[in-house]
Amino acid sequence: MANAGTRSRPLSPHLQIWKWGPAMLVSILHRVTGTVNATAGLGVLLWFLGALASGPEAFTSFADLAKTWYGQIVLFGITVSVFMHAASGLRHFVLDIGAGYELDTNRVWSVLCPLIGIALALAFWAALLFA
Amino acid sequence: MGNGTSIGRVRGLGSAKTGAHHWLVQRWTAIGNLVLVAFLAVSLLMLPGLGYQAVKEWISGPVPAAAIALLIVSTFWHARLGLQVFIEDYLQGANRLAALIALNLIVFAGAAFGLLCIVRLALGGA
Repeated sequence: MANAGTRSRPLSPHLQIWKWGPAMLVSILHRVTGTVNATAGLGVLLWFLGALASGPEAFTSFADLAKTWYGQIVLFGITVSVFMHAASGLRHFVLDIGAGYELDTNRVWSVLCPLIGIALALAFWAALLFA
Repeated sequence: MGNGTSIGRVRGLGSAKTGAHHWLVQRWTAIGNLVLVAFLAVSLLMLPGLGYQAVKEWISGPVPAAAIALLIVSTFWHARLGLQVFIEDYLQGANRLAALIALNLIVFAGAAFGLLCIVRLALGGA
């Protein structure tokens, strides 16, 4: 077993030990939003496609649910999660090529990525509802 | 190679040999996701409406149908890799194994269902 002999050994400090900083926040947000996208996001995508492929009645029942206030909150939440994960994912591409590790640069983009994600989600919904 | 601590048991073995592939495919599918989710978002914004007829007519076209089919493959593959890391980080032993088996089954079932829906729409069955 991978953990044999390690049961009573001290664990490395986790999120509740360290002082919070932007890099830590964007890192855990990337994991949280990725998990939301993989579960709720893909679930709703399949629901949408299944309803569409099942005919007008099934699509109407999906659309009616999507138009309720709680449906809108869920869809907006998924949109925020998708755009936020995309923004912090692009940050990972930059870090992957070895750039952006200077303390100031890293801090700035750690703060900006979630905000860019929220801004993109708001822009998308504004265009969808009002354009 | 000792048999005491975990570090003692792996010392001298070198890398796991397969990690780079997982890491790379996570990036390739991320690029696919960026392009295809952007396609979906822009398409939804450009549709004349979000009613049944408008959406069905759009998604039945060859290019949107192919793009959404690719979106299913790319996103489910990416989700499969990401959730694997999530499971490996937070679960151990039998629970980890069970969760990974369940993950594979759910991801393949979900992707198959999504692709079947696209095929049905594209070939005019619905």
